[in-house]
Amino acid sequence: MTTTKGVRRPLGLAPTAVLLLGALYCLLPVCWVLAASTKTRGELFTTNAFAPGTGLFSNIADLSAYRDGIFWQWMANTALYAGVGALLSTAVSVLAGYALAKFRFFGRDAIFTVLIGGILVPAVVLAVPQYLLLAKAGLANTYWAVLLPSILHPYSIYLARIYAAAAIPDALLEAGRIDGAGEHRLLRVVAVPLMLPGMVTIFLFQFVAIWNNFLLPFIMLADDERFPLTVGLYTLLATGANQPALYNLVITGALLSIIPLIALFLTMQRYWRTDLSGGSVKS
Amino acid sequence: MTKAHRGARAHRAGATPYLYLTPAVVLFTLFIAAPIGYTAYLSLRQVKFSGLGLGRKSRTEIFVGLDNYRTAVADGEFWAGWLRVLGYATMVLALMLGLALLFALLLDSARVRLARFSRIAIFLPYAVPGVVATLLWGFLYLPSLSPIHATLRAFGVEGVDLLSPSTVMFSMVNVAIWGGTGFNMLVLYTQLRAIPRDYYEAARIDGAGELAIALRVKVPILAPALVLTTVFSIIATIQVFTEPMTLRPISNAVSSTWSPLMKVYRDAFVTGDLYSAAATSLVIAAISVVPSLLFMRLVRRQAFGEER
Repeated sequence: MTTTKGVRRPLGLAPTAVLLLGALYCLLPVCWVLAASTKTRGELFTTNAFAPGTGLFSNIADLSAYRDGIFWQWMANTALYAGVGALLSTAVSVLAGYALAKFRFFGRDAIFTVLIGGILVPAVVLAVPQYLLLAKAGLANTYWAVLLPSILHPYSIYLARIYAAAAIPDALLEAGRIDGAGEHRLLRVVAVPLMLPGMVTIFLFQFVAIWNNFLLPFIMLADDERFPLTVGLYTLLATGANQPALYNLVITGALLSIIPLIALFLTMQRYWRTDLSGGSVKS
Repeated sequence: MTKAHRGARAHRAGATPYLYLTPAVVLFTLFIAAPIGYTAYLSLRQVKFSGLGLGRKSRTEIFVGLDNYRTAVADGEFWAGWLRVLGYATMVLALMLGLALLFALLLDSARVRLARFSRIAIFLPYAVPGVVATLLWGFLYLPSLSPIHATLRAFGVEGVDLLSPSTVMFSMVNVAIWGGTGFNMLVLYTQLRAIPRDYYEAARIDGAGELAIALRVKVPILAPALVLTTVFSIIATIQVFTEPMTLRPISNAVSSTWSPLMKVYRDAFVTGDLYSAAATSLVIAAISVVPSLLFMRLVRRQAFGEER
């Protein structure tokens, strides 16, 4: 990535140094938690902050034993919320984005404006009444309470519209229609395959957004059996703040909670680079 | 699969687009429109206790007009919260977007080594939930654990409290910058990569250096993306909730009404006054409408101009 063909300009030492400094700053807390989670309770307060300790496995065992393994329940819940939520969200966004980009119909601009307007509504304006309404429907404090409000993601619809507009040639749909293919068939055979890379990106961003969400599950759930990791770790911290004995659990929990996302992130590198803010510069 | 469109008149779309939009519209109605309407309804009401206020019958909901709004706007703590968030947001926006732009330009300058490593490392915090980021930094702010304090002590600086009333805001700004720079950098960098390389050759032939190209050619091209990231960041920082909430257990300096959103949460779920909470949350929404409208204009003009 760093070299362009042809002229090789002199290497910039200062730019490289600035970037590495930024990288160091971003890695610092991650390196710290990596080291701290390997320390026993005694080592945590006495040894060098970045020196590895000897207690990683006992920490994980302690965390797994905490309240009959509730941490792993949180992990499974988070995977469920993020996985199912992002999958449904991607499907809804792609359908809507495809319709908005590739069809001309009455009310198209109005519908798009209203849907996109959803981005601008502060989360709390929604979360509190969402809770009250779901409570009336008997769904508060259930998996549905976190899953259902996570599906609609206006920004994903915006992205899906851009992808659909850029990736699906009108001529291809036209040809399909002349050959007598129905609209649903065109969606399955032409649109979805062409939008696939964009769909992966939408899925990933939505997966991360739900995985990292705190406010919604914090408001919706009372029963810690259904907590995702964020709310679980928050309550663990809130109870453990005055008990340094619990620090190890919180630190180990923090490390284990970011490993899945970092793994996803490193393996899916390619898709994080897809054109995020659209094809506005191209063409 | 039902009906095939004949001929070239494909623009006559029929019911298909409406069908495809149905899930989005239904979800929008249930989880965005209905809650907003319900908030507006609640914000105009209040509970009235009759008699001794005991028993079920004595508690009735009445219409109070704009009373809740008057109370919300008259509350000094609410505006103090706004002031804190304004200071916080200004610092976060300037530093986070400044760094994001700097890193994006450096990555794109073709003169740096280890660019891939730096890019991945700087984007990495995006994969860390706000709660966990605050928690990690929170531990790094604790004197008994922190390498920061150890380093300061090594340089002879003693007794710095990173969680005191005068410093906790900067500690929070740091968490936000750490968590948000990478994402914004990626947005800007992606935009830069989409520009054909020969675009700069003309400037280079004219003898412009990398710095001049960056400032005079790249930054103007990035302007729309910068506006976009700024608006998103404004919306996000106004809604700050997770970070101060997570710092509360380890710092006495963060009150339960530190940010306007925290006040809404407290009113609704701790004090149990849903009606005030509803009014306050609508005032917050109204105040964030300004950047929002800006965003709307941008989306319509910039991104979809060429589609027609």
